[in-house]
Amino acid sequence: MTDLTKLTLAEARDGLVAKKFSATELTQAFIKAIDAANPHLNAYVLPTPEHALAQAKASDERLAKGTARPLEGLPLGNKDLFCTKGIRTTACSRILDDFKPTYESTVGQNLWDAGAVMLGKLNNDEFAMGSSNETSAFGPVVNPWRRTRHGQKDNAKLVPGGSSGGSSAAVSANLCLGATATDTGGSIRQPAALTGTVGIKPTYGRCSRWGIVAFASSLDQAGPIAKTVRDSAIMLRHMAGPDAKDSTCVDLPVPDYEAEVARGVKGLRVGVPKEYRVDGMSAEVDALWQKGIAWLKDAGATIHDISLPHTKYALPAYYIVAPAECSSNLARYDGVRYGLRVPGKDLIDTYEATRAAGFGKEVKRRVLIGTYVLSAGYYDAYYLKAQKVRTLIKRDFDNAWSDVDVVLTPTTPSPAFGFGEKAGDPIAMYLEDIFTVTVNMAGLPGISVPAGLSGEGTPMGLQLIGKPFDEGTLFRAAQVIESAAGRFPVPERWWA
Amino acid sequence: MQVDEATVRRIARLARIRITDEEAKALEGELSGILAWVEQLGEVNTDNVPPMTRVADMKLRKREDVVTDGEKADDIIANAPMTEDHYFVVPKVVE
Repeated sequence: MTDLTKLTLAEARDGLVAKKFSATELTQAFIKAIDAANPHLNAYVLPTPEHALAQAKASDERLAKGTARPLEGLPLGNKDLFCTKGIRTTACSRILDDFKPTYESTVGQNLWDAGAVMLGKLNNDEFAMGSSNETSAFGPVVNPWRRTRHGQKDNAKLVPGGSSGGSSAAVSANLCLGATATDTGGSIRQPAALTGTVGIKPTYGRCSRWGIVAFASSLDQAGPIAKTVRDSAIMLRHMAGPDAKDSTCVDLPVPDYEAEVARGVKGLRVGVPKEYRVDGMSAEVDALWQKGIAWLKDAGATIHDISLPHTKYALPAYYIVAPAECSSNLARYDGVRYGLRVPGKDLIDTYEATRAAGFGKEVKRRVLIGTYVLSAGYYDAYYLKAQKVRTLIKRDFDNAWSDVDVVLTPTTPSPAFGFGEKAGDPIAMYLEDIFTVTVNMAGLPGISVPAGLSGEGTPMGLQLIGKPFDEGTLFRAAQVIESAAGRFPVPERWWA
Repeated sequence: MQVDEATVRRIARLARIRITDEEAKALEGELSGILAWVEQLGEVNTDNVPPMTRVADMKLRKREDVVTDGEKADDIIANAPMTEDHYFVVPKVVE
């Protein structure tokens, strides 16, 4: 039999309906693949094979009865930021200890209600704070891709991006058909770009945030990482939707995104912002960008130079807004109601000891920055100022939308880097998000689609940014790039 | 903005995170670096610019003011490090 783990989500769906294999066989193939790969890649922090097989059995019964739901029997990975009822959820932080939620996230519930199977919980940067998955309490995730330097295979471990590094590594290594992820400053799109996978951060409000461990509430959004543009469209349709439990989640119907994929880009106006041509951008990233422009033009789109003048201020403004909101959100981890408790001599001592032991270095750094910018006398100078700059960033896009329908940029300034290469310098790591963070600041949808290989033989992505709630156009344009560039499967399963 | 060690300690106290002397020293440099880097926002004229509050212009959804949840004390204390009769137990705070 062919290797079922290599199928796309759409192929697996069609194969299950055509009864070429069962949901149980498909799930078992993934469980076997996870067993072999996880000691090397560390993508899953908690595989849940028994849970998966029970769901698969129920799916097989429905498939036999002809009552299959849209994602019936399709095995997915679930980022450990999503609460799972009765199944340990940690946000990859020690402070959550052995936390077992008594509820399921809305996005997760939507997927399981559509018939999907959960293979386990995926690794991520602690509380989603990081761009390399190196801040996880469970240790880093290894990118399934390896680089070539000076004509030689280099076995150095590369990062899979972050914070959704478990999701991106698991999808690219065929350890699930697709995965949930979250994106606060680039945490879906950057890891997708570094692993040759597709990742979409929808418009703020498209997916419910209920039951997802909060990082920065005005920026956080859930979305999928998948093998193809079509797969990401299928997944997003079944993750998104109104939710009475999240007042920022919009009451808008979710379109059939899969139907958008094949619509092409004839007459679509594509904007190319000059401000994304940053100092020190490598020639290969620029060349990739030019290729993307040519592909869209060949498919009938028109290309327009645009200006987004406040782009350079997005990242510094983000590093006020995100830490401020995280310091507020993470105040709940006090060792009283759930998670870790380190006893102290009194209550305040208990708080301080618990939080010192429970939070990692990067989380502490951000909580402290956030506490500083929100402390007495500084609110106007920092948080309010940054929120005003956000308005200007959003206005740049509002102005652009009168001339263009979608914006094309690179996803990241460079391909996957090695373990530890950026860990010593917080700002160097923050610069990973320079092309993605504006999208969160403006609340817009953005998709990263693999478009080529670097000189080191590792994948690179292009990003498409759309109007609010116009994810459909992103899928159309991303499919044109995927069709032209081809797909980028990991060349060698060196771990098996 | 230069952050000195006393400020780092004051912030850590506000954030309820105990830090070691070594951490305080390292954080002094790191926080100063990050705050110096965000200073560039000062170049942007934000006079008469409102802070961003939403992506698209829409009304905040409202619902009937009725009880829709509750009666789940067991669930609420299920993950607590220390409990007694549906109460969270903490170190004594009043003498």
